[in-house]
Amino acid sequence: MDSTPKRSFGFETRMLHAGHIPDPVVGARAVPIYQTTSYVFNDADYAAQLFELKQYGNIYTRISNPTTAAFEERLASLENATGAVAVASGMAAQFVTIMTLLSPGDEIVASSHLYGGTITQFTHTLKKLSIKVHFVEPGNIDHWEQAITPHTRALYGETIGNPRGSILDLQALARLADSRRIPLIIDNTFATPYLCRPMDWGASIVTHSATKFIGGHGSSIGGAVLDSGKFDYSRFPTIADPSPSYHGLRFFDTFGHYGFLMKVRAETLRDTGGCISPMNSFLLLQGLETLSVRMDRHVAGALAVATFLSEHKAVASVAYAGLPGHPDHQLARKYLPKGPGAVFSFDIKPVGGDARLAGRKFIESLQIFSHLANVGDARSLVIHPGSTTHQQLTDEELRLCGVTPGMIRLSIGLETIEDLLWDLDQALHAAST
Amino acid sequence: MGSGPGAACSINLNTTLTPEQRALYQNTDTIRSLLRDARTIAIVGLSADTQKASYFVGSYLQYEGFTVIPVNPRPVEILGRRAYPDLLSIPEKIDIVDIFRPSSEVSGIVDQAIAIKAGAVWMQLRISDFAAAQRARAAGLSVVIDKCIKMEHGRFGGSLHWAGMNTEIISARKPRPAAR
Repeated sequence: MDSTPKRSFGFETRMLHAGHIPDPVVGARAVPIYQTTSYVFNDADYAAQLFELKQYGNIYTRISNPTTAAFEERLASLENATGAVAVASGMAAQFVTIMTLLSPGDEIVASSHLYGGTITQFTHTLKKLSIKVHFVEPGNIDHWEQAITPHTRALYGETIGNPRGSILDLQALARLADSRRIPLIIDNTFATPYLCRPMDWGASIVTHSATKFIGGHGSSIGGAVLDSGKFDYSRFPTIADPSPSYHGLRFFDTFGHYGFLMKVRAETLRDTGGCISPMNSFLLLQGLETLSVRMDRHVAGALAVATFLSEHKAVASVAYAGLPGHPDHQLARKYLPKGPGAVFSFDIKPVGGDARLAGRKFIESLQIFSHLANVGDARSLVIHPGSTTHQQLTDEELRLCGVTPGMIRLSIGLETIEDLLWDLDQALHAAST
Repeated sequence: MGSGPGAACSINLNTTLTPEQRALYQNTDTIRSLLRDARTIAIVGLSADTQKASYFVGSYLQYEGFTVIPVNPRPVEILGRRAYPDLLSIPEKIDIVDIFRPSSEVSGIVDQAIAIKAGAVWMQLRISDFAAAQRARAAGLSVVIDKCIKMEHGRFGGSLHWAGMNTEIISARKPRPAAR
């Protein structure tokens, strides 16, 4: 018996290699783009086995695709997950997760510090499915505990909350979720697995908008759901009970630690259709290959910009957990020691008592920051949440999300840092005169 | 499945075994050579219910070219073969005894596997009996614990990867096409 110790390869090695071994015939080094809708069956028996989920293989790109599989496995490897299902977008990722786990009448307890689009999906679209979401101020674990009812099926939050940069206490939330035998779902979009791996702190499920830092190029929309494989679904009805659409198959009983993901793929994704295109999987893989290098630069730039703004006379406050004055600075040091991401917000001082006007003038004076609704691009981005991402929310909902009229959200890119500071300085000057 | 991809990387996820137990009972080289060389696999606890995990594994292995022999106390036909009530009743040589029974029943099954000179004992996910495993090892049998034989075949054969699973295989080597 060979007893040579086997090597556990590092993060950067897995960024470049996980999920793709050169194929035995062609040996292509880059992951090939399998731009195909469907796959020829070996024979009739094999086809039958595939449709019954008794074989691993490809039927139709709505359900799986070899280029997408390389992206899925690579992301799973980086998150220390047992597997992943890639989907059309981050919104699709959280939707298929909830569609798979919950039934009508079930509930979620979620942080109120979320992307505005997520709050809208949770509040209005899930309501149509009779799923109720209780939003809580994330900083106090008691708020989470008090909101849990017998119908609660999951806890949900973002590693780095949008847009105030609040940091979740992942370990405390995982303990709470464990004690109630419900999964903790963490959206890790802003952190990426390079800065934080929520599963290492006990999260059961991680979702991503891969559109952001994972791609990094701002060219492709995509998302993913990942499972730690450690949650015991044996008493969780939607995963444990016989599935009417697969002849009574019990996904957890049959597939064990990958039962949840098999159900996401073979039922929810199959039936709701939010699949990712192979081309986008390929482009997102190109991003993953340089993730660590880019994230180091992103967080260094973010800290430099946040420090600069915090000392600027036209700025009222800066909400970046990398600054010692941020209320979640200690949590950031614990969970994101390399830096709490590169997306944060600041409040511009009002001009003539009007912060909204100052914000608008500031944004319209910027020359290098792009004014658009995205984050995590290699280019620096800026937006005014009150008039864009969060504009569907009422004033009360806005306040609960921690958004103010003069709040400006920045996503710090990879440009020359002195140029970014110059741009912000001249725009702040223009806005205050 | 010779010395190609997967020869150097450790496979760690989704097991309850300690690192010391993994070194003994989840040895990657052992698993690869078992799957490469085995022809006949007896599945103890193979269910006639086509939606059970054991049936998923049995039908997969049969499609992949293994001779699958059902062991089930009930006189049923599974995957086109009559089930034997126990390992001792099987006339042919068994390369791997794959166990789909609770851990409390493993000891007796392992004793039978030793008695019929099976090549290996394989305990499926979350099934373990380390005392029985030691007896099997002492008698010269290979032992795998807390692994799914279907997943391991798919892991090293490449198809598990298509399901989006983290196979943990890292390699820049171009594999030689499988002989089989």
